[in-house]
Amino acid sequence: MDLRAPLGRVRGLGSAKSGTHHFWVQRVTAIALIPLSLWFIYAVLSLVGADHATVSSWLQSPINAVLMILLLLATFHHLQLGLQVVIEDYIHGEGTKIASLMILKGGSLVLAVAGTFAVLKVAFGG
Amino acid sequence: MNNGDRPLSPHLQIYAWQWTMALSILHRATGTGLAAGTLLMVWWLLALADGAASFDTVQTVIGSVVGRLCLFGWTWALFYHFCNGIRHLFWDVGMGFDLDTARNSGYFVVAASIGLTGLTWIVGYMAMGAI
Repeated sequence: MDLRAPLGRVRGLGSAKSGTHHFWVQRVTAIALIPLSLWFIYAVLSLVGADHATVSSWLQSPINAVLMILLLLATFHHLQLGLQVVIEDYIHGEGTKIASLMILKGGSLVLAVAGTFAVLKVAFGG
Repeated sequence: MNNGDRPLSPHLQIYAWQWTMALSILHRATGTGLAAGTLLMVWWLLALADGAASFDTVQTVIGSVVGRLCLFGWTWALFYHFCNGIRHLFWDVGMGFDLDTARNSGYFVVAASIGLTGLTWIVGYMAMGAI
């Protein structure tokens, strides 16, 4: 029997101890990715067959560099939230689960930083 | 995991497959596939930053038959996850839950993802001057 008031239960933030934060951030990044992924498809189509110099100068445009970095950040944040649930659903061993989650979170961060670094290098380097 | 003698709820394989549940697992499958695709995206950006030689290598891989097939699959996965994700966002605000709407929006999402994929590739090949 639960003697806590509804407010007390809410403050306990449920069994995951994070309330609706995961759910909410997944939706926020999803909404951000609607315009960003449409822009990315448009960008890829406009760069079909382009050589290194053309793509480099395209990415040196501030708007393209900023949108590409935003796309990377939103993508990898959304990705690690989504795959986290996949891992939690299908991997039952506690040790394997924690190790997989660490690889996922770390790997996503590494890829996001690497991609962002590449964009900045092209944008600033010329 | 020790379940003791507790009764278990019937698992997935007991149910007859339905359109909506197939689309549901497809959302997760395409999301996982797209996650793999981000490796190519980051490789492409790193190669671009590294110089013309590295960039040409990536472009050759992407332009190969296998590369184009993968890219085609990722295009459809992206459009499916995109459209079905918007369907999910409508559900999140409580819209479109009745059975007919849920089934019809599923049909629409599949049709839209196929149409947008075809359109994107036609525009792409037109940009290359191949069509």
